[in-house]
Amino acid sequence: MVNRTPVIAIIGAGIAGLEAARQLNDLGYKPILIEKAPVTGGHVAEWNRLFPDMSPAADLVQSLESQTAKVRTMTGTEIASINRLKDGYSLILSDGETLVCEAVLFATGFHLFDASKKEEYGYGIYEKVITNRDLEQWFNTRHDPRIGHPKAVGFVHCVGSRDVKAGNTQCSKVCCITAIKQAIEIKEEFPEAEVYCFYMDLRLFGKKYEDFYIKAQRDCGIHFIRGRVSEVGEAIDGRVVVKAEDTLSGKPVKVTLDLLVLMAGIICNSDAQHYAQQVGVAVDDDGFLKSRDNVGAIVESSRPGIFFAGACTGAKTVPETLAEARSAALAIHRYFSKRG
Amino acid sequence: MDFGFKLNPSSAVNLDTVDRARYDRLVQLEPDALTCIGCGSCSATCTAAPWSGMSVRKVILGLQRGQDDEVDSMLSRCMLCGKCTMVCPRGINTRHLILTLCRLNRKGEIVR
Ligand SMILES: Cc1cc2nc3c(=O)[nH]c(=O)nc-3n(C[C@H](O)[C@H](O)[C@H](O)COP(=O)(O)OP(=O)(O)OC[C@H]3O[C@@H](n4cnc5c(N)ncnc54)[C@H](O)[C@@H]3O)c2cc1C
Ligand code: SF4
Ligand code: SF4
Ligand code: SF4
Repeated sequence: MVNRTPVIAIIGAGIAGLEAARQLNDLGYKPILIEKAPVTGGHVAEWNRLFPDMSPAADLVQSLESQTAKVRTMTGTEIASINRLKDGYSLILSDGETLVCEAVLFATGFHLFDASKKEEYGYGIYEKVITNRDLEQWFNTRHDPRIGHPKAVGFVHCVGSRDVKAGNTQCSKVCCITAIKQAIEIKEEFPEAEVYCFYMDLRLFGKKYEDFYIKAQRDCGIHFIRGRVSEVGEAIDGRVVVKAEDTLSGKPVKVTLDLLVLMAGIICNSDAQHYAQQVGVAVDDDGFLKSRDNVGAIVESSRPGIFFAGACTGAKTVPETLAEARSAALAIHRYFSKRG
Repeated sequence: MDFGFKLNPSSAVNLDTVDRARYDRLVQLEPDALTCIGCGSCSATCTAAPWSGMSVRKVILGLQRGQDDEVDSMLSRCMLCGKCTMVCPRGINTRHLILTLCRLNRKGEIVR
């Protein structure tokens, strides 16, 4: 094992995996991408335009894919088991192949919360209730009979996030800005529509995000209502009736909508937990993989040779994910440089 | 007929039917009003607030929720001192907004 180019198995070929593979390849290592889905790009491949610049998501994915064209990429491949060796790991893949590598990078990303679990919001029950993912897909395909020509549209923040009842107390971090982005896009698409955002707190932390908020308010006249939607019902004409408290005026509010978009949150990917157990890395209270240190070593696990990048350790934006992927590649480089 | 009891009217705001004519006109004339974040700085700094209940925040919100009586009663308490304008983090000229609002009737027509 000593004299060969170190092989690094990257689990997951979302943007984190792709970017790390690109960097590791440039640094002279041999990254191998193992992707369970039939295509690479992960969640970003499902999105349409990305905040904050509204750049096409497909461009980013294509650029990462073309820059990793030389990296061995196994799509449609799962990992049956991972075993620790003396100074590396062996992965048994779903096609029967055994892959021996010197380091493993988890880039397994997140799962989107299954919005039908919040039954009171009626996803999967009422026709006019969709999710953030459905809306991104509609922006891409323009095909979704539920959408039509809405005159009143609502967005529900924090669906499955910050919610003990849903089993996720963490904030998903990207859904406030995604809601505002999508609200603006809906308003641009249907200028006559009244658009409402129901929020508990607006958490708009990133560069240019506040500009989105001001744009949503001033240019688009989107109504922001501070109050968590308590329940959704269906009116006789198939529209949906939303109830909440307007906590700023202390009064209950009710509104009938043609479309309700649920901002499903970012939750941990249970696959990653399963592998983590096999190699002996810790899982955090929120179910995400546990970094060695949440300040100085996010991309490192507590085990030598196991690294993390992207949303497998918690909700991340695209630029954060890419930065972490580069950082993980450097951490891996340092690991091998020290090992000699 | 007297049944010996009465029902309280619902305090719920129905956004389907609420009349926002005055608000819509106000934001045409004062688009910055749209950017209010309900922070309450204006009310906290208002010299009239502790005695009169004046609150620019509640005025802007009340207009959106069709609470015209409350809005008018608050407006009548303002001394137009302009202190609220100095603190608004969104840079809304709240004093000017109050003046503009005083010129509009409930239908949003300029009457003064
Ligand atoms: C609705 C929505 C909109 C968003 N819009 C934006 C935006 O506009 N701008 C922005 O900055 N951020 C946005 N984000 C955040 C963005 O999606 C994430 O930052 C990004 O997806 C994280 O990339 P990742 O590679 O870490 O994870 P993922 O995208 O989740 O990719 C993980 C990859 O790993 C694969 N995988 C998982 N498990 C296994 C396994 N067991 N074996 C093999 N492969 C596996 C998956 O199939 C997937 O390809 C949005 C998020 C949401 C929910
Ligand atoms: S980012 Fe906003 S919508 Fe998403 S969980 Fe956090 S507070 Fe809720
Ligand atoms: S202008 Fe009116 S609302 Fe503003 S601080 Fe003075 S009295 Fe209060
Ligand atoms: S200070 Fe400005 S932003 Fe804050 S509540 Fe008053 S008007 Fe709105």
